[in-house]
Amino acid sequence: MLELNDLDVALRVGGRMRRVLSGLSLSVAAGEAVGLVGESGSGKSMTVRAVTRLLPEGAAVSGRIRFDGRDVAAMDAPALRRYRDRDVGMIFQDPRAHIDPTYRIGSFLTEALRVNRGVGPAAARRQATELLAAVGIDDPERRVRQYPHEVSGGMLQRVMIASVLAAEPRLILADEPTTALDVTIQAEVVAILDRLRRDRGIGMLFITHDLDLALAICDRVAVMYAGSIVEIRSARDLHRSACHPYTVGLLGSRPSIQARVDKLVAIPGRPVSAFEAPPDGCAFTDRCAHAEPDCLHGRPALEPFNDGLVRCRRVADLAVLAESRPESPAAPPSEPAAKSVVEPPAESPAEEGTQP
Amino acid sequence: MTATLPAGPETVPTGPARGRAGTRAGALGRRARALYSFLGPSGTIAAAVLAAMLILAVGAGLFAPYDPNQASLLDAYQGPSMAHLLGTDAIGRDVLSRLIYGSRTSLLGPALVIACSTAVGVPLALIGAWYGGLVDAGAARILDLVYALPGLLLAVITAAMFGPGLTPAVVALSIAYVPFLSRVVRAAARQQRVSPYVDALTVQGFGPWRIGARHILRNIAPMVLGQSAVAFGYALLDLAGLSYLGLAVQAPTADWGVMVSDQDSMLRGHLLPVLVPGLLVVVCVMALTVLGARIAGERPERHPLWNRRGKRAGAE
Repeated sequence: MLELNDLDVALRVGGRMRRVLSGLSLSVAAGEAVGLVGESGSGKSMTVRAVTRLLPEGAAVSGRIRFDGRDVAAMDAPALRRYRDRDVGMIFQDPRAHIDPTYRIGSFLTEALRVNRGVGPAAARRQATELLAAVGIDDPERRVRQYPHEVSGGMLQRVMIASVLAAEPRLILADEPTTALDVTIQAEVVAILDRLRRDRGIGMLFITHDLDLALAICDRVAVMYAGSIVEIRSARDLHRSACHPYTVGLLGSRPSIQARVDKLVAIPGRPVSAFEAPPDGCAFTDRCAHAEPDCLHGRPALEPFNDGLVRCRRVADLAVLAESRPESPAAPPSEPAAKSVVEPPAESPAEEGTQP
Repeated sequence: MTATLPAGPETVPTGPARGRAGTRAGALGRRARALYSFLGPSGTIAAAVLAAMLILAVGAGLFAPYDPNQASLLDAYQGPSMAHLLGTDAIGRDVLSRLIYGSRTSLLGPALVIACSTAVGVPLALIGAWYGGLVDAGAARILDLVYALPGLLLAVITAAMFGPGLTPAVVALSIAYVPFLSRVVRAAARQQRVSPYVDALTVQGFGPWRIGARHILRNIAPMVLGQSAVAFGYALLDLAGLSYLGLAVQAPTADWGVMVSDQDSMLRGHLLPVLVPGLLVVVCVMALTVLGARIAGERPERHPLWNRRGKRAGAE
């Protein structure tokens, strides 16, 4: 359904073009949930922004974004509006900032139905209250009369999920939908989103920095590093047999409820954005424990390996290495509530620059 | 109110009717309280002053004791008395009646100016803020050009070309006030343009016109109204000044600016017919400025304009 092919995106930052995505390829089939995992600045948000053509002014995009075979970049204004209205729905990270504060929740939920679909006010209102009930909000009749600032953040995020479901899109783009919420609410919101999405057969591109969460609710998980995907495979396989050194590092640095450790394992160094990565060679080289001189020359391609795709030249050697090593006790995919400490909540400068 | 009623069988049939009346009165009281808590003491005084002016202007025929143009040379330059509360002017016209009737032209002129310049300036600002780039830059340069031209000078030129009168003065000032509104509104709209909720609306498939008119404008409405109120004060001052110079409202017509220009009474030491209209102009401008600042200051979602429940929000 959604196909991204060799996507390059550069943003204009202070007169200079800075690359945030380089050679990103990804696809989401109808009804499939794909997780996009990465640290701050790895380009996760820019990917969904590119998909909805919501990149800031002056952004340079090359490569292809196709939805059902239609080229998203080539759409004219009416086609683009139709595409945004019918095909994709987006759940943003911070519901409080992404909902017009001056309208009541009822108006927010019904506006798209009334204006874009021509649904009558009474029918739209009924649909809105039904959806609020579906996302687990008590007393929806009262909630539709309230203003966004009168309800909690968790409830507002459920309102936003309801508004996306109201449009009955074919693909939901969820950009860290739970990051701004309390940990206890996070699990609830994710569970609701997951259930309703499955019930309705809606595809989803789920962006998160929480690897456990992505493994728990997605069919396939793509791991991003420096603006491109380094590994993509089914959630079950990724958890058991990650191949890329970065993915292995991420999996190893998760806290576990079962095992008590004094210090979590960390990947040395800091994550880089696409524009900071060396122009030639593998972007992960300077943090990789297995890097060889060869890794500095020529960008590795995303190639099939063990039923997935991996962007690492040494993947075959490393797999042999892993075979000879005793199997590490793998933790089962934990509940969504278990939050990984892979990424600090702070946004990276690259992402901040786009939302002044 | 209804809670203090003795509970008894006889209250049951009258219950609904009384209840409705009670909640209506209660709602009115709540609205008044919400309005007061929004305006604050100074804002409330300013609003009351302006409301009083407006009532006087609309009902001038009811409140003015005399015809504003009825001259009586025998009664010239009378001091304040029971018959003439603020005395009479050089040809024996009642100063109070002239003030009351004068409030009509004195308030109508600036009202027209602000209505016209808002109607032109706000859409211009919204379009510039939305599209940015060349459209925005072009509009901004033209507005800068107009801004560089003092409104009074423009009005004087218009008067020289088309002759003195209220209409040319209003047209000239309307043009001059467009940048005053547009520049501020553009800056605010520009800020809204890049705010997350606009992105979210865009992804929902709404077009720029709807987002601009229904969402951005609504979010900046307090600021627009506040700026309009302040501009109203300035326009009032400008028009009074033009009338004083004899370029806007013409002499026999009752108008505060015209009344201030009565140098004859000044020279003869009769200050009341000149000072009182001048004072009214000052009071109006001050009230408008205070009110404007107050209106513009509140966050849009808590603004009584939209949120009828005012600040009571958290109580539920």
